[in-house]
Amino acid sequence: MAREGFRISAPLLAGALLALPGGVAAQDLRSYAVVGDAIPRSLTGAVGDAARGRALVVERSSTCILCHSGPFPEQKFQGDLAPDLSGSGSHASEGQLRLRLVDASRLNAATIMPSYYRVDGLDRVGTLWRGKPILSAEQIEDIVAYLVSLRE
Amino acid sequence: MRFAGAIAAVLLIANTGFAAAIPQADRRSGYDFMKPDTKAMQDEDTANPGMLWVLDGEALWKRKAGTANKACADCHSDARTSMKGVAARYPAFDKATGRPLDLEQRINSCRTNQQQATPLPFESRELLALTAFVARQSQGVPIETGADPQLVPFIAKGHELYMQRQGQLNLSCANCHDDNWDKRLAGSAITQGHPTGYPLYRLEWQSLGSLQRRLRACITGIRAQAYDYGAPELVELELYLMSRARGMPLEAPAVRP
Ligand code: HEC
Ligand code: HEC
Repeated sequence: MAREGFRISAPLLAGALLALPGGVAAQDLRSYAVVGDAIPRSLTGAVGDAARGRALVVERSSTCILCHSGPFPEQKFQGDLAPDLSGSGSHASEGQLRLRLVDASRLNAATIMPSYYRVDGLDRVGTLWRGKPILSAEQIEDIVAYLVSLRE
Repeated sequence: MRFAGAIAAVLLIANTGFAAAIPQADRRSGYDFMKPDTKAMQDEDTANPGMLWVLDGEALWKRKAGTANKACADCHSDARTSMKGVAARYPAFDKATGRPLDLEQRINSCRTNQQQATPLPFESRELLALTAFVARQSQGVPIETGADPQLVPFIAKGHELYMQRQGQLNLSCANCHDDNWDKRLAGSAITQGHPTGYPLYRLEWQSLGSLQRRLRACITGIRAQAYDYGAPELVELELYLMSRARGMPLEAPAVRP
């Protein structure tokens, strides 16, 4: 019920069409194509940097380890609202991981996992964050590269 | 493949258990989630930093203020009897404005209308002190908020806000406090969000703070636009949360991590 009234995101159009209240123009999102349960191609056209991706995943401002735990023994505080990220690369393909990060709600409308690369269909976003995706396309690619490297 | 399996499992759960209200018997105060040393801090008046505000509040209760030159005590005499149980009924319906008022707003309406003094700013030391002193008189009293039928539409609005996904992280209060209260958000235990202890001393704040301050922190946490202090939406949320906690004993001034 909480999601009633939310539009399914249309990322291909979002960058071009979305004008947000308050006159803030939406940051242009790169276009991407969803194929089945995956986004097969890199958002930036380039392969991300796994080391930078790891640093991003454990950084509090990225929000991942608020909910997830994973192979980061140096991190004292990890969440347990979501599956452990260990072995992500064995359980899912690169493209599946990319869609999971870009817009997990396409896979599970009731998920609590935020959509990291989406600006539409959100309510009452604070002025600091309005019109911006949580992560940039480059950051998403770095995290995808890191997750792919997590093998079990 | 585990990925697809996990999705299917979550969908199943979503169709059965999610967003269900917490059964009466399972309701737990934030107190229950705390470490023994933090509990001891709340339990012992001499160790509870909130008692400093209560003592200040007692002095303010007796101090004359405003053009009317009256103290709270001039109208209400001994708070130990006149204020017992009052905080356990707030927010309450206010005939003059036709809306619910929380305890801070009620104290300020006495200040403006009865004492003819300027209202105290939200989160000011004086307003927190008076609120803590009044709330302390209901320590141990079961919460009764929401019995007045005139409150029904406002409780419904508060409930709607509680269920609404918002902010850049697109989460509702219920996503954490109904669906995941047995879990941890990084280092913090997620509680059921019962407002049993306010105003309370938060170690993180190094200060006493109001329920509105806490709600604004949760709203900012999900990167949504926080409502201004005193906004009708915050009072409606307070009202819904208090009515959701009916029957639970008031703990003010509580201590939280
Ligand atoms: C508010 C909670 C929350 C946050 C924050 C969050 N996730 Fe998730 N995530 C989940 C949940 C819950 C699932 C389980 C599947 C579902 O609900 O759709 C999940 C699933 C996943 C999966 C699939 C795991 C599996 O075994 O099925 C990956 C990979 C993932 N998240 C990565 C991330 C990364 C990387 C970040 C940060 C950029 C992140 N998540 C932030 C809640 C969250
Ligand atoms: C992403 C998770 C999350 C969301 C969403 C969230 N909260 Fe919280 N909330 C927390 C955490 C963590 C705490 C701190 C734990 C504590 O001390 O109770 C907290 C504390 C609280 C408390 C204090 C409980 C106490 O014992 O003093 C209340 C009340 C509360 N939240 C209400 C709300 C309301 C209302 C909303 C929606 C506007 C909301 N929360 C949204 C995680 C969340």
